[in-house]
Amino acid sequence: MGKYKVSFPHLGSYFVPLEILFTEGLDVEYIMPPTITKRTLELGSRYSPDYVCAPFKYTLGNFIETIEAGANTLVQTGGGCRLDYYGELQGQIIKDLDYNVRFVNLVKTKSSLLITLYNGFKEINPDMSLKKIAKILPVALKMVEYMDTFEDYIRKNAGFEKHPGALKEIHHEFLNELRTVRTKKELNNTYQRYMKRVKGVEVEKPKNPLKVGIIGEYYTIMEPFSNHYIERELAQMGIVVDRWMNVSNSIIHNSKNKMKEHIKNYAEYNMGATSMATINKALEFAKKNYDGIIHVKSSGCTPEIDTMPVLQNISADYKIPVLYFSFDSQTSDIGIQTRLEAFYDMIMMRKEAKN
Amino acid sequence: MKIGIPRAFLYYKYHYLWETFFEELGIEFIVSPETNKDILNRGMTYAIDESCLSSKIYLGHVEWLIGKCDYILIPTISNYASSGTVCTKFQAIYDVVKNTFRDKDIKLINYNIDVKNSDFEVKAFLKMGRFLGKKNASCMRSYLIAKQAEKTARVMDEKYQEQLLDEKKIKILLISHSYNIYDKYIGAPIIDYLHDMDVIPIIGDLANKKEAIYNSFEISETLPWTYNRELVGSIVLYKNRVDGIILLSSFPCGPDSLVNEIIIRRVKDKPILNLILDGQEGTAGIETRLESFLDIINFKKDDYSGKI
Repeated sequence: MGKYKVSFPHLGSYFVPLEILFTEGLDVEYIMPPTITKRTLELGSRYSPDYVCAPFKYTLGNFIETIEAGANTLVQTGGGCRLDYYGELQGQIIKDLDYNVRFVNLVKTKSSLLITLYNGFKEINPDMSLKKIAKILPVALKMVEYMDTFEDYIRKNAGFEKHPGALKEIHHEFLNELRTVRTKKELNNTYQRYMKRVKGVEVEKPKNPLKVGIIGEYYTIMEPFSNHYIERELAQMGIVVDRWMNVSNSIIHNSKNKMKEHIKNYAEYNMGATSMATINKALEFAKKNYDGIIHVKSSGCTPEIDTMPVLQNISADYKIPVLYFSFDSQTSDIGIQTRLEAFYDMIMMRKEAKN
Repeated sequence: MKIGIPRAFLYYKYHYLWETFFEELGIEFIVSPETNKDILNRGMTYAIDESCLSSKIYLGHVEWLIGKCDYILIPTISNYASSGTVCTKFQAIYDVVKNTFRDKDIKLINYNIDVKNSDFEVKAFLKMGRFLGKKNASCMRSYLIAKQAEKTARVMDEKYQEQLLDEKKIKILLISHSYNIYDKYIGAPIIDYLHDMDVIPIIGDLANKKEAIYNSFEISETLPWTYNRELVGSIVLYKNRVDGIILLSSFPCGPDSLVNEIIIRRVKDKPILNLILDGQEGTAGIETRLESFLDIINFKKDDYSGKI
């Protein structure tokens, strides 16, 4: 097998730091995973077991699309729920489809995160140089943090732009420029420059705008196609959108002990995957008097289903409305639109009644 | 003092252990009745719509016990260290029950098994005993006796099944979590039907657990869940002595959704039927599928023996 052409399923905008990590750190060609579309989901659903969760279908569909785009090495990871078994089954399905590719399953190597990553890297490219990785990894990680901070700002302001679309455009340029970054210095410069630009965009925010917190399952909350671009919809309604869940918060800055202490009146045990963060943030949004909470997940996501009785209690205790969305391959845009509009009307009326 | 035990989920794995432990300690307990339509309906009222059928049944049993005992036993399991983890449901169920029935007068007794963080079973039982006001020594004694009773019962079950495996009739291996296959309302009708058709059901869950785990790697390397690993391993152990395999899952079981697919893709030398239980009334649909599956098996058998 000639040169390694590696890919990892598409998730939000994280293909940018992944591209740098793979090309600069691992010395392999990186195949940009095609953006998630309806076709991704259709492809994935065609070859997936019936009642598996949606991220399985999306990532499988996306793997097939990256193979079509020229990838010969696919990487899959684990995550404390069904995701831990995605890799082996997806590898088998792709093999049964007669695609001649390597499938690197990071779950295979069960040990500490660092050793797992090392073994995974070694499998992706046996000739890799640790020195190169050591040089680029901090840049990639910092990039993830900057991207997350940047997107967080956009979420909170996109609903109030004087010229709609301006923020999105800068975001797009920001990502494009990040792809050329190779050092921390370049990264910092780019980030400062774009942050300044994005903060210079004129916004007309009312004094006390509607504020909604989004919580839920890892993939669905971060991959906009899979949540039917819910953040964009909310912004168009003139709502400040707050979302804690992203890669830097969940992987780099995650403090499980703090969360456990914070939510102990509602849950003693970790219900798996993103459940603790979901409850933790719901409680925080409730305490901060947000106007509403939106819970998103793939249909059938066990950890997130188990948080729902807790969310219902938080909703009752703090009198905060919670809207629950469960997405699968059949979900229609119109149904979501209608429920979002009804939710908007409700939180708007509540706000007016309060004032 | 009376403990209430929901007859669902882990009950089917641990009832020898629990019942003997409480008996030896002299603590009264009550087990909820076999699942029936009423219990399932109660569970469906309280459960989140999307949760799996088995967890709806569980909540139905918990609800039945409210007001009939002092404490309801809701154990949680996080992992069994090297042999794997479990569905997140088994870690979440305590808080799910607590939050679901918050407004009812409900008191729970809980123990947690988290072998990775050295919360072993024995430690958990000693803690539970102390909570019930018993001395460490008598808790330990009761635990050991209970453990022995559990072991004896398992060996007997396994031996009995060995005898069945030697019979000449058609045998079907049932790959199903114990809480599904032994449940009177959802699993038992399948077993009854097979008996009616003069077929011997072989229960994958009765295979020797250690051997099953060891052999499971033949089918799957990274399978994370202990209970599924035990079942997958039982396929390796029993496959050559049965005529077909039925995968019986409750809708929409997370682990089974993936594991069944791996089994279907990797176990090629036996006919496999994938049956999903959804708790809907009427068995006609399932019976039709079972009937045609048995037809295929009979046909194959005749074919091999040269009758056609």
